[in-house]
Amino acid sequence: MIRLDTPDPFGIYSNPVGHWFVVVIAMLLLAFVLITATAYVVFFERIALGWMQRRPGPNRVGPGGFLQLAADGVKGLFKEGFAPVGVDRVLFVVAPGIAVASVLLGWAVIPVGIWGSITYWISDLNIGILLVLAVSSMNVYAIMLGGWASNNKYSLLGGMRAAAQLISYEMAMGLSLVPVFLIVGSLRLQDIVGFTVHWGPYSGPIPLLLLAPVSFLIYLVAAVAETNRAPFDLPEAEQELIGGFLTEYSGFRFFMFYLAEYLGVLTQSTLIALLFFGGWYLPLIPGAIALFIKVVLLVFIFIWLRGTLPRLRYDMLMRLGWKALLPLGIANVLVTSILVVLLS
Amino acid sequence: MLSDYAPLAIYAVIVLAVVGLMLTLSFVLAPVKRYRSKLLPYESGIVPTDPARKRMSVRFYLTAMLFIIFDVEAVFFYPWAVILHQLRWYGVIEMFVFMLILLVALAHIWRKGGLEWE
Repeated sequence: MIRLDTPDPFGIYSNPVGHWFVVVIAMLLLAFVLITATAYVVFFERIALGWMQRRPGPNRVGPGGFLQLAADGVKGLFKEGFAPVGVDRVLFVVAPGIAVASVLLGWAVIPVGIWGSITYWISDLNIGILLVLAVSSMNVYAIMLGGWASNNKYSLLGGMRAAAQLISYEMAMGLSLVPVFLIVGSLRLQDIVGFTVHWGPYSGPIPLLLLAPVSFLIYLVAAVAETNRAPFDLPEAEQELIGGFLTEYSGFRFFMFYLAEYLGVLTQSTLIALLFFGGWYLPLIPGAIALFIKVVLLVFIFIWLRGTLPRLRYDMLMRLGWKALLPLGIANVLVTSILVVLLS
Repeated sequence: MLSDYAPLAIYAVIVLAVVGLMLTLSFVLAPVKRYRSKLLPYESGIVPTDPARKRMSVRFYLTAMLFIIFDVEAVFFYPWAVILHQLRWYGVIEMFVFMLILLVALAHIWRKGGLEWE
């Protein structure tokens, strides 16, 4: 739903048909912006990784290589996407669709600050972030089904690995958010961003990073693992599994898995910015720009991790998830609950 | 309110349409050129001899079962977290008892080696 502070611009809200028309246009615009922004996340990553590895990165297509991703997208559409023998055709085609849809759907409840107190969000649900967690965990189906349908040993191994990894870190992710809900007392992202404190002379919004730092750390690790990014990119693991669940994918279906991965990076960065960094609040800077700066910095952290850290071994990955993050997450919830009750 | 979900439903239709468009476009635009060796499953250049869908290590199933236990626990946390301001110490003690049972389970799994992957 669009919420503007100006009372009824152009008489849209009083006209029910016009209202829904605007809503649908806004949704299409959001989907378009997301997919385009994802392309620029890829571009940003290639440039940043290039700099980290002391090479120029893409710089041929368009000014400064800026049109590289448009060229790649068009090329991908015109590439043959064949399915090898023995593939389960329906699941093989549906799997990349699930991957993209699961990430795009999460944006239904993610609010985007635009200007001043103007904020846009599609659906004002009181379950808020629960919906994001629910639909983004559908990604497991995409990777698992894609790996199983491919009729390839590497794909199946990659798919099983991915499923075990994603569900293990989903738990840590779910637990890490509980302290935030304990502090704010709501699941709506708007409430979490708008959480205000009254500390002596200061009264206003505060980044929850200061109140729940352990949650932030667990969430960041889990978010990197959930998006299958290095150092947690074991489902792909080129050196041991060729490409994991992606081995048999080609053409635009291969692109769609990548689109889903980078959309996931964008989604997780936005969520972290909203949950832990005060969303669109930044002194002196308008909302949209503040949110943009935070999201870009967080996307850079994802890229930085990929450029710096080597891939984990599988037993290390599972040990970190089950023996470190899970007990830490539980302890974090218990300690925060005591503190919340003591201090309220 | 159920009417809050109406925009979500519309958005879901739009997302499905976008995804469907992507999948269809790739079918329409891409050329098709098939031959036997291209359609073989990729196995580093060796012709595959047996079906790929084999039995998997039991560890994966065990992980899935443990996930169900601990993720359902996380689901119980959410409503509790939202209303803890009203429940206060009563809620904290209740959750500690609940957590204790789960932590005993976790310790048992840990000691039995259910979390080992080496």
